[in-house]
Amino acid sequence: MVKRDVPAIAARHLGRVGGVLQALREVVLEQGFVSEDDQRVVADVFNISRADVRGIVSFYEDLKTQPPAPLRVRICQAEACQAVGGRRFTRAVEERLGIPVGEQNERASIEAVYCLGLCAQGPAFTVNERPFTHADKLDLDSALDLLGEAGSP
Amino acid sequence: MASTRVHIPQDVAAVASGADAVAEAFAAAGLDVVRTGSRGGCWAEPMVEMAEDSGTRSVWRNVTTDDVPEILKRGSAHPKCLGALDAIDWLAGQHRVVFDRCGTDHPLALPPTVALESCLDVAPTALIDEIETSGLRGRGGAGFPAHIKWRTVRDTPAEQKYLVCNADEGDSGTFADRLLLEGDPFRLIEGMTIAAIATGASRGFVYLRSEYPDAERTFAAALKRAYEQGLLGKGILGSAHTFDLELFVGAGAYICGEETSLLESLEGRRGEIRAKPPVPAIAGLFGQPTVVHNVISYAAVPGIMQGGGDAYAELGVAPSTGTMAFQLAGNVLRGGLIEVPFGITLAEIVEGYGGGTRSGRPLRTVQIGGPLGAYLGREDLDTPLTYEAMANIGAGIGHGGIVVFDDTVDLAEQAHYAFKFCEVESCGKCTPCRLGSVRGKETMQTILDGRGGARELTMIRDLCEVMESASLCQMGGMTPIPVLSAMERFPEDFKR
Ligand SMILES: Cc1cc2nc3c(=O)[nH]c(=O)nc-3n(C[C@H](O)[C@H](O)[C@H](O)COP(=O)(O)O)c2cc1C
Ligand code: SF4
Ligand code: FES
Repeated sequence: MVKRDVPAIAARHLGRVGGVLQALREVVLEQGFVSEDDQRVVADVFNISRADVRGIVSFYEDLKTQPPAPLRVRICQAEACQAVGGRRFTRAVEERLGIPVGEQNERASIEAVYCLGLCAQGPAFTVNERPFTHADKLDLDSALDLLGEAGSP
Repeated sequence: MASTRVHIPQDVAAVASGADAVAEAFAAAGLDVVRTGSRGGCWAEPMVEMAEDSGTRSVWRNVTTDDVPEILKRGSAHPKCLGALDAIDWLAGQHRVVFDRCGTDHPLALPPTVALESCLDVAPTALIDEIETSGLRGRGGAGFPAHIKWRTVRDTPAEQKYLVCNADEGDSGTFADRLLLEGDPFRLIEGMTIAAIATGASRGFVYLRSEYPDAERTFAAALKRAYEQGLLGKGILGSAHTFDLELFVGAGAYICGEETSLLESLEGRRGEIRAKPPVPAIAGLFGQPTVVHNVISYAAVPGIMQGGGDAYAELGVAPSTGTMAFQLAGNVLRGGLIEVPFGITLAEIVEGYGGGTRSGRPLRTVQIGGPLGAYLGREDLDTPLTYEAMANIGAGIGHGGIVVFDDTVDLAEQAHYAFKFCEVESCGKCTPCRLGSVRGKETMQTILDGRGGARELTMIRDLCEVMESASLCQMGGMTPIPVLSAMERFPEDFKR
């Protein structure tokens, strides 16, 4: 992912309602994460302390501080998906990718997400933002391979 | 045949089921494809709707690209045909006030704004009276009477008043906000504009969770169109009213669905809970009087204004008046959104509309009202869905999510999850929730491992008592509900 012009992004949100949060969010949308340096820039532009910015970043799940893996799998862990085998599906993905939920390696990451609003067609998950439903009926290997093409080197 | 219109939903649930490819296949066959919102029949997606030669509009379920040529050839004789649109039980039995338009046209097709027009020259207090007559209660969870919030904001003197729409929809098993935002965004805009006129708020925000990118795109486009059409901004539809509405997307935090946490987040900070009082209607966004409502509460307003508060109040079972958009999910054959008057029983929804479990195994429990909602047993299924009847059995309707589980469910595991969810999503501000959730999870783990007994169960009960009575908000305060309801109704799962 390309490094973006963080000062310009921050400046654009200055003076807007919830500007700090929206600036941080846009930085993450643009480049995948918000680094220590980026956080300092945002703090300077908004004239608030770095601790305040760090506090915001640590509060919100989306505000990642590390570069993302090429294959980003988010699996719903919530009740409606549990009711149709979500736990089993999660374990299968963990085995297939060789990492537990909440971790990443150079190839992939698995994140827990609590509901995608696809609860009548669970288990639900997304790969690089693309939604999938009925994961229990899916051929996992082909799904991940298919998606791997989009993301992995 | 070339001019035949075929309707195919474009909501994310339909798309995840292959709707885009199906739409392409119909277009390639020369049909005029209209992408619509969803009618809520998630179980039937992609659900295709088309007029047959006879003029009847028919519906086909779970259509794949392979089905397209056969459907075009055989029409309603195709095995996936559900019959005529207005004769499908699953839809015909519903009473739609909020979702009546959802799924009938392209989400950005400009609908008539009869309700809004009828409110432009009415005294604001008369609009609030109409809401009071309707008996509308908030659909976000607590079921608090809407007119009280409106009147409080109206009557609290301030330079600037705000409307906030809570579209953070974090409860498992719920997707009504998503369906409305993706399928009929103008309904929300119209409802909020009427509320703005009634309360004197000139600015509003829709706080949307980031897990709904499709809803974000559709709603942003609808906002732009609404401004172009003079439905928002200065001088709405040529009147003297001004209302500016913005979309604000969150950054991944369940707790931001709680209204004070949401306001903190909207102001750009960590979403930590504010102590109440003051309530947001007196001191909300930037300390100003603010109405906070769920999407469905605002979206009910145009229907109420159009049909009259009296007519709305006749639906349901007072004081649970009107309709509720229930969302049926989990292990159920026909899951989706069902808008019906309050008073229907759980069994009618789960077995009637839902057709029982998807696995075909016996139903064991349903969780109602999201992750902070109660686990109920088969013996509870005949309870009517009203706020009052649910409260009587220790449950709540919440945002209307109903999650079905078959007999493979382990209620001890679900209780463990309830604590874990609270641990993950706690804002961290108060100890009973922040530490109680961790202790509860650990103790439940001991029970799950077969190393726990009566002592651990007593510890859980004590912990729940503390969380319930001493938490600053309902996150910690209601986590005991799923835990204790599971222990009470399914004690056998906790002896291992
Ligand atoms: C932990 C927690 C999460 C909540 N999440 C939501 C939510 O996602 N959407 C919502 O509308 N209300 C949610 N609420 C309820 C809100 O605090 C508030 O009562 C509601 O938005 C008011 O809208 P209403 O009047 O339309 O019900 C939540 C409450 C709590 C305690
Ligand atoms: S109960 Fe939990 S979420 Fe609510 S204020 Fe306390 S720590 Fe925060
Ligand atoms: S519970 Fe998994 S998508 Fe809603």
